Amino acid sequence: MASTIPWERVRRSASKLTTPLHPDDYLRLLNPLWSSRELRGRVEKVIPETEDAATLVIRPGWGWRYDHKPGQYVGIGIQVNGKFQWRSYSVSSPPERRRGTITITVRAMPEGKLSSHLVKGLEPGTIVRLALPEGDFVLPDPPPERMLFLVGGSGVTPVMAMLRTLDRRSREIGRAMPDVVMHYSSPTEDRMIFRDELDRLEEQHDGLTLHRLQTDVDGMLDLAGPDGLDKICPDWRDRETYACGPGPMLDAITEYYEEQDVVDHLHLERFSLELGGEGGEGGTITFQNSGKTIEADGATTVLEAGEEAGVGMPYGCRMGICHTCTLTMISGKVRDLRNGNEFDSPNEPVQTCVTAAVGDCTLDI
Amino acid sequence: MAIADVKEYTHLTEEEVDQIGRELDAIRTEIEESRGAADAAYINRLIKLQRALAAAGRVTLLVGSQFKETRKPAWVLGASLLGLHKILENMEIGHNVMHGQWDWMNDPEIHSSNWEWDTAQPAEQWKHSHNYIHHQFTNVLGYDNDIGYGILRMAREQKWSPYNLGQPIYNSLLATLFEWGVALHDLDIERIRKGEKDPKEMKRQLKQIFRKGRNQVLKDYVVYPALAGKQWKTVLTANVAANITRNLWSYMIIFCGHFPDGAVHFTEEEIEDETRAEWYLRQILGSANFEGGRTLHILSGSLGYQIEHHIFPDLPSNRYPEISEKVRALAAKYDIPYTTGPLYRQYGQALRTIMKLSLPNSWTKSDQPDPPTPPHDRKRRGDDERPSRRAELGGWSRSSSNARA
Repeated sequence: MASTIPWERVRRSASKLTTPLHPDDYLRLLNPLWSSRELRGRVEKVIPETEDAATLVIRPGWGWRYDHKPGQYVGIGIQVNGKFQWRSYSVSSPPERRRGTITITVRAMPEGKLSSHLVKGLEPGTIVRLALPEGDFVLPDPPPERMLFLVGGSGVTPVMAMLRTLDRRSREIGRAMPDVVMHYSSPTEDRMIFRDELDRLEEQHDGLTLHRLQTDVDGMLDLAGPDGLDKICPDWRDRETYACGPGPMLDAITEYYEEQDVVDHLHLERFSLELGGEGGEGGTITFQNSGKTIEADGATTVLEAGEEAGVGMPYGCRMGICHTCTLTMISGKVRDLRNGNEFDSPNEPVQTCVTAAVGDCTLDI
Repeated sequence: MAIADVKEYTHLTEEEVDQIGRELDAIRTEIEESRGAADAAYINRLIKLQRALAAAGRVTLLVGSQFKETRKPAWVLGASLLGLHKILENMEIGHNVMHGQWDWMNDPEIHSSNWEWDTAQPAEQWKHSHNYIHHQFTNVLGYDNDIGYGILRMAREQKWSPYNLGQPIYNSLLATLFEWGVALHDLDIERIRKGEKDPKEMKRQLKQIFRKGRNQVLKDYVVYPALAGKQWKTVLTANVAANITRNLWSYMIIFCGHFPDGAVHFTEEEIEDETRAEWYLRQILGSANFEGGRTLHILSGSLGYQIEHHIFPDLPSNRYPEISEKVRALAAKYDIPYTTGPLYRQYGQALRTIMKLSLPNSWTKSDQPDPPTPPHDRKRRGDDERPSRRAELGGWSRSSSNARA
């Protein structure tokens, strides 16, 4: 796609013909993927993985760069009953332009209407919105020589992208799979996503050692216990650890790594909002354009406060990932509830779903 | 003095007014809860149709003008397609999207915060002058700049001056150049004349209007004609015709909203301490509907349901027909005037008022039952002197407007 830049230039000059719209606003009527105004993709296939999980093969439209790093997630927006709902999922395919597609693997959550819809109700051909890949839980390049993956349930998806990347490199440029130990906890064998592919990878690569645990039968992994990390991977303290899974599992891992003083080697991916930082002090939040105000305490996010006040707040993942909810804060101060970072520059964009007011503030909506 | 003293309402008790408010709130909730895939499909379909019309119009003109035999029919067909596209875009799509009627879809491409429409007025200024000032202060003298747009004298309470003798002329100019009249609307010429306008704000607005207007003019009157080469004249005149068609049409529809007989003006005193229920009542009394089939309503941006639009400016316009049945029933139940009539009659009344009010009051007789008119100053208000904005009027954001203006 060496022609990307001139093509963009053509479209830019064509906007003289379509102002105030963009040429893409017309082109997407011919093909829904011919628009870079909002990233979008077409669901090509829905591949069932387990009873409650499926892999979506998505062909992204214009503007997609295929440069995600293995381990990153993307936002995906689906119109359900007329309304776009956003969630974020790890990309499970390695970054390759020539594939022309990306895959994400989704597990239907018991309470998650959207994830169930994605797994069971999505027809091939559906057009979805996409958000650019994000996240720091990525495989470094070059990869560390020795790695440990600690995975629980659907937390396998970002790790799968890493493994597939390592696998591809070994096939394409002959760079052998580094020394990888992977522990994979899943309630039952049936619910183990990618289990066949993992078996195959283990067979093909001497460097990869897999340790599977069915928690419904054998119970949770006791990190410090006799069957714990010391047994699975005796040199775990010297490895770079990548952990992804349910919140309690990650908490236990963090605690153990801190205790053993090796937390520097730990890399985590959380899929739920963890409000670790302190709350704000609360204050009156003013929504400038709608003229609404509301008193919010320091534990209420700006998003929740806005919804409470009846402002049509934009939102997506509601956990600080997708940036759909970002608004301009005209004045005042907010605190990021995840880490305590404060934002107080005038006209600063803030993520309303993870910030709370510190004193009075005014938002541009 | 409050709205309860407006004589159309004096028969209502305070409890009844509150009850009306609650019943209207219930209609709103019912619609809000039932918005769904069918509504989303409606606006998406309409946008598709409008863009297809635009493309078809441009291509018809560019290609059709190249051959002698097709030149004339291409001119007629192309100008009609373009006119239709602009009418749909401005009325049923742009105006309603900017009210936030489709914000619930959470679709950034059909959202009030960043919609830019195919007319000279920058969207941001429209969202201020229209969504906020006009919709909140509907028909309140001195507050609502839409009463005559600072050009025409549309209420007997407005002072007559010899300038008004020219109203028939100003009116036809306004109708023909409506797009540009609207473009200048938020500048508030009257405040500029009186030196009450912040010069910095004025400069910012002028720059914005210039940029938007320049792009519009370039597109319709330079770039497309140039693409037709030797036949530039055919394309140019067809584009002028399309824009004027849109101007005349939107002018007429808009003048049917608040100027037919029966639409009442209010004074500052009457909106003092106004409750939400009273605001509803003022919207009903200050607006006028017109009757027609589904196509006419869509082409008029659903402004034939002006009353419903004014009570619920941010509910999807495709739902106004069903809302109007309920509102009409409510008006009948409480004996509240509900002004409506055929389009020709509503516009006829507005036109007659324009002519009549070009003369001093003493020469003519009112067609309105006189609303109470206590003495008040006729000064125009700036934003800082107005009460703050109501939420259902839709967003108005300064920062997001520069992108594609």
